[in-house]
Amino acid sequence: MRGQDLAADPRLEPAALAREARLLAETWAQPRGIVGWFSNTDHKTIGLRFLVTSFVFFALGGVLAALMRIQLARPDAHFLWPDLYDQIFTMHGTTMMFLFAVPVMLALGIYFVPLMIGARDIAFPRLVAFGYYMFVFGGIFLYVMFLLNTGPDNGWFSYVPLAGPAFSAGKRGDVWAQLITFTEVSALVVAVALIVTIFKMRAPGMSLNRVPIFVWGMLVVSFMILFAMPAVMLASSWLIMDRLVGTHVFNKAQGGDPLLWQHLFWFFAHPEVYIIFLPAQAMMSTLISTFSRRPVFGYLALVLSLSATAFIGFGVWVHHMFATGLPQLGASFFTAASLMIVVPTGVQFFCWIATLWSGRPQFTVPMLYALGFFAVFLIGGLTGVMLAAVPLNQQVHDTFFVVAHLHYVLIGGAVFPLLGMVFYWFPKLTGRLLDNGIGTVAFWTLFVGFNLTFFPQHILGLEGMPRRVYTYPAAMGWGGLNLMSSIGAMTIGVSMLIYLYNVAVSLRRGEVAAANPWEASTLEWATASPPPPFNFSPMPTVGDRDPLWSPDPQPVVVGLATDKREVLVTQLMDAVPELARKQPHPTIWPFLAAVAVSVMFVWSIFSPWGVIYGSIPIAITFIGWFWPTDGKRPQAFEHDVASGHVQERAV
Amino acid sequence: MNPVDIQSALHPAGPQAAHIAWLWWLMLSVCAAVFVIVLAAMGVAVYRGRHHTGPPADEAAMRRAVSLATGATVVILIALLFASVWTGRAIAALGSPTPLDVEVTAAQWWWQVEYAAPQPSNRVTTANEIHLPIGRVVRVLLKSTDVIHSFWIPNLHGKVDLIPGRGNVIWLRADTAGTYRGQCAEFCGIQHAHMALTVIVEPEPQFEAWLVKERRAAEAPQTPEQQRGRDLVAHGSCALCHSVQGDGPSAHLGPDLTHFASRPTIAAGELENTPENLAAWLADPQRIKVGSRMPATGLRGDDLQAVVAYLEQLK
Amino acid sequence: MRRLWLVSVAAALIAVSCEREARRYRDQPQAAVPPDGVRLTTLRPGGGNDIAVSREAPFSDNAQAMAEGKRLYSAFNCNGCHAMGGGSIGPPLMDDQWIYGDAPDQIYSTIVQGRPDGMPSFGGKIPDQQVWELVAYVRSMSGLAPFDVKPGRNDDIGARPSEARTPATGPRQTGHR
Repeated sequence: MRGQDLAADPRLEPAALAREARLLAETWAQPRGIVGWFSNTDHKTIGLRFLVTSFVFFALGGVLAALMRIQLARPDAHFLWPDLYDQIFTMHGTTMMFLFAVPVMLALGIYFVPLMIGARDIAFPRLVAFGYYMFVFGGIFLYVMFLLNTGPDNGWFSYVPLAGPAFSAGKRGDVWAQLITFTEVSALVVAVALIVTIFKMRAPGMSLNRVPIFVWGMLVVSFMILFAMPAVMLASSWLIMDRLVGTHVFNKAQGGDPLLWQHLFWFFAHPEVYIIFLPAQAMMSTLISTFSRRPVFGYLALVLSLSATAFIGFGVWVHHMFATGLPQLGASFFTAASLMIVVPTGVQFFCWIATLWSGRPQFTVPMLYALGFFAVFLIGGLTGVMLAAVPLNQQVHDTFFVVAHLHYVLIGGAVFPLLGMVFYWFPKLTGRLLDNGIGTVAFWTLFVGFNLTFFPQHILGLEGMPRRVYTYPAAMGWGGLNLMSSIGAMTIGVSMLIYLYNVAVSLRRGEVAAANPWEASTLEWATASPPPPFNFSPMPTVGDRDPLWSPDPQPVVVGLATDKREVLVTQLMDAVPELARKQPHPTIWPFLAAVAVSVMFVWSIFSPWGVIYGSIPIAITFIGWFWPTDGKRPQAFEHDVASGHVQERAV
Repeated sequence: MNPVDIQSALHPAGPQAAHIAWLWWLMLSVCAAVFVIVLAAMGVAVYRGRHHTGPPADEAAMRRAVSLATGATVVILIALLFASVWTGRAIAALGSPTPLDVEVTAAQWWWQVEYAAPQPSNRVTTANEIHLPIGRVVRVLLKSTDVIHSFWIPNLHGKVDLIPGRGNVIWLRADTAGTYRGQCAEFCGIQHAHMALTVIVEPEPQFEAWLVKERRAAEAPQTPEQQRGRDLVAHGSCALCHSVQGDGPSAHLGPDLTHFASRPTIAAGELENTPENLAAWLADPQRIKVGSRMPATGLRGDDLQAVVAYLEQLK
Repeated sequence: MRRLWLVSVAAALIAVSCEREARRYRDQPQAAVPPDGVRLTTLRPGGGNDIAVSREAPFSDNAQAMAEGKRLYSAFNCNGCHAMGGGSIGPPLMDDQWIYGDAPDQIYSTIVQGRPDGMPSFGGKIPDQQVWELVAYVRSMSGLAPFDVKPGRNDDIGARPSEARTPATGPRQTGHR
C-alpha cells in the first residue's frame, strides 16, 4: 500500500480520472422533471433549498419587524390595531427563531459538512430530505394560518395560562404549538444525520483532532438539538392536549402548574439560542483563520469552548424566570452559571484576537462581518452579563433592554457571521463571486442601521418601556428614541436589500469562481465551484488540520464503485477506512411521508381523531420509504475495505 | 420631576431601586471598560497583523496571554457574582415586623389594590392606584385572577410576577415623595400595553388621611342630575360589575368606584380623569381600549351626563 | 404569472378568513325580532306551517365571543341556579331539553325577559353584546356550536367535560316542566 512504487497506478492517470468522473456524474445524477424535483436527495440540493427557504422566512420576519417599528415609531399610533400587532410580534419571533435561525445553520451544515470532511454524501439523505419538507410545510402552515387571521398571538414563548384554553380562544395557540412540532421534527432528523455523518464518514486521516472547527460546531449543535428539542415538543404537545381535550397539565386548580410551562420551554429555549449561536462561533473561527492566512490559534481551546458552552447552556434556563418569585439561593446558582458561560466565549474571543495578531488579516467582506461581530456581539454578551444578576434582571426583564440584548446577541452573534459566511461560501454554492463593493456597502449599512435600531432600546428599557406593547403614551417621553429605532430598522431593511441585490446581480454577472478563490484551507475548496454531484473524485485523505495549506502531497482513496452510489465509512476516532456503503437512490417517499405527517399534524389540532386516522397515510408512506428496493440482504452491500478492494495511493 | 423619570429604573425613590441602580452603574462601568479593552485589543491585533514585518509571533507567549486574559475574565465575573449576590441580600434585608400590608390583585387589564386592616370595616379597596407613606416598609402580596401579569414600579423596585395560584410577595419602601408610574410587564393579552398603575408617595399624615377618606362610604349625590345618575348606576348594567360602597352596587368583577373621582386616571392609566374623557369612555369604551372587558353601556345624552355627574362627585 | 397566482391565493385566503378567529369587540348586534315578538314554542292550535326560527346569531361562529360568554356565565353567577350546566334550582342547560326554545333569539328573549319560576329578567342590566355572547355560550353547553369554535376547559376545578368535548344533542322542545 503506502510506500510502494505508486507512480504507475493506472487508476490515477488523467484519462482514467476523467472517465471515472464521467461515470460518477451519471451514477450520482439526480432525477429530473416535477416528480424528480421532489425526489431529489442530493445533500447539496437539499442544503441549498433549506438555505433559500430560511432566507425567505428571514425576509418575511423582517417585513413583520418593519410593520412593528412603524407602529412604535410614534406614541399612540393607530397603524396596527392591537390584535394584529400581537399576531405580528408573535409571528416575527416565531419566524426568526424557528423558521430562520436554526434552519439556516442546519442548511449550511447539510451542504458543507460532507464537503468539509471529504465525503461523497451525507448520512441518511432521504431523512434529510424529509426534514426539509417538514420545515417547509410547517412554515407554509404557519403563514397560511396567519393569512386566515389564525396567526398565534401570545408571543413566541406563548406562556400559559394566557395561551391555555381559558384565555386564548380559537385555534391560534394550537397553530403555534404545532409549528413547534413541525420544526422540531425537522431539526431532530437533520441533527441525527449530521452526527452520523461527522462521526462515521470523514476522510481517512481526519482524526478527531483534525476536524474543521465548523464541523465541530455542527456536531456539538446537533447533540444540543437532540437534548433540547424534546422538552419543547413535550410542552407544546401538552399545550395542545390541554386546549383540545381538556388535560390539566398547566391547570393549577387540578394539580398542574403554569410555571411548569416556563421551565419546560426555557429548558429548550436557552439551548436553542446557543444552537443558533454556536455554528456562528464556529464560522467566526473559520473566517478569522482564512482571512488571517494562518491556522486558527488554540484549536483545542476553541473546540473545548464550543462543548463547554453547550454543556453550561443547559444549566442556565432559570435566568429567564427571575421575576417569577423563586427562592434567592436557587436563583443565585443560575446567576453563577449564566456568568460562567461567558468564560468559554471569552476564550474564543482571545484565541481569535491571537489569530489576528499573529496572522496577516485581510479586509475582505467576510472579514468585515467577522470584525463587526466583535463589536456587536460583545455588547450583547456584556448586557447578558448584566442580565445574569438577579436584582438588575428584575428591573429590566420584559423591557426593551432585553429586546436590545437579544438582538445584539442574535444579530451580532449569528446574523453577522452568517452573512459573512454566505459571502465566503457563495462562490462554492453558485460558481460566482459576490461583488466586493456592493458587499462592503451592505455591511456598513447594516452595522450603522443595526446600532441605530437597537442601542436606544437599552435606554428605553431602563426608562421603563416594557416589551410587547403595541403603543405607549406620549407623556412618557419615549417617542424620540422609538423614532430613532424605527429609522434604524428601515436602514437594516435597506442593507438587506443591498445584499439581496448583490446576490441577484452576481448570479448573472459575477466573476466566475475557481475551486478556491479565497485560498482557504478546508476540503470543500478542493473541488469545483459548485461541486459535482459526487463531491470529490478521487476521494481525499488528510494529514493535518488545514489540508489545503499543507505542503505535503496527500494520498487519495481510489476503488469506490462508479456504478453504485458508494460512500466511505470510517472509524470514529482516527477515521481509518472501514466499509464502503451503498447510499439509497433518490426517491419521492420522503416527500410523500412529509405530506402525510403534515396532514396528521394539522388535522390533530382540530380533532384528536386526526392522530388515529392521520397515522394511516403515515404508515403507508413509511412502509413505501423503507421497503427494501433490490432484494439483496443489507450486508451484501457493505464490504470490508481491508480485503484490498479500496487502496491508498499517493498522487 | 421630568415626566420621563416617573417610570425609570435610573431614578430610584426607594432603597430597593437604589441598590439595583448601584449595581447597574457598577456593571455598566465594568462592562464598558471590558468592551473598550477587548475592542482595542482586536484593533491592535489587526493593525499588528497587517503591518508587522519581523519574526512570527511566539506561540507560547500568546498562550500565556490568552490564559491571562481568561483568568482576568474569571476574576471579573466572580467579582460581579459577588456584587450581584450582595445586592440581592441587601434587597432581601428590607423587612419589618409591622409592615404596611397591601394586596394587589391583577386582572386583565386593571389592578385591584387593597389595604389590609385587622378590622374588616377598615379595609380599603381601590383600583389602579397605590398610595404609599414615605419611609414605611410595605409588604405587597401579589395575586392574579386570570393570567400571569407582572408588578413593576421601576422607581421603587424590580418586578415580580403575579401568577394565578401563587402568592408572590414584594417588599418596598418609598423614600422620596412624588407621583410615579408602574406598568404591567408580562404580556397578558390585547391591552397589556394599557395596564398602568399610579403610585403616589406622600408623607405619613397625608397617607393616613387618604386611608380615612377611602374607608368612608360613597358621597351622597347632591343635585337631581347626580341623583338620576346614581339611580342609573345602581339599577342599570353598571351594578353587575362594579361596586359603590354604601350606595348599592357591590359587584367585584370590575374596579371599585366608591372614590372614583379622586383617581387621576380612567382605565388603568389610559385617560386622564376628566368629565369629557369619562363621557367618551362610557359612551364607547371599545373605541378607547379595544378588547377591554368594559362593554358599551348604551348610555346617551342626558342619561350619560347624569352618570358622569354622579361618578365625578364620588371623591 | 406565478406571482399573480400567489397574490390571488393570498387574497382569497384573507377574504374567507375565519369568522372563528375574528375579534368582534366593537360589534353591537341587534335582535332580529324584539324579545317579546319571539315564538317560544312550535306548538300552535290548528296545525299549519312550521314557524321558521332563525338559527343564525351574532357570535355563533366566533370563538372569542363564545369564550367571553363562558367567562360571563360564571361572572354573572348563572351557575348560582344552573350550576355548570347540570342545573340545580334552575333547569340544566347542557341537556337536550329546551323549555323556551333553543334558537338564539329565543335564548336571547329568555335572558332579557326572564321566565316563570325564578329566571330573572336581565334586560337593561346586561348589555346586549354580552347577552349575545351568553347566548352563543349557552348553545355550546349542549354542543350546539361548530366543533372548532366551542370553548375548551376552564382554568379551575372542572365539574364537567369542556364544551368542546360535548357532542351536539338534538334539541327537544319540551314546553313548561
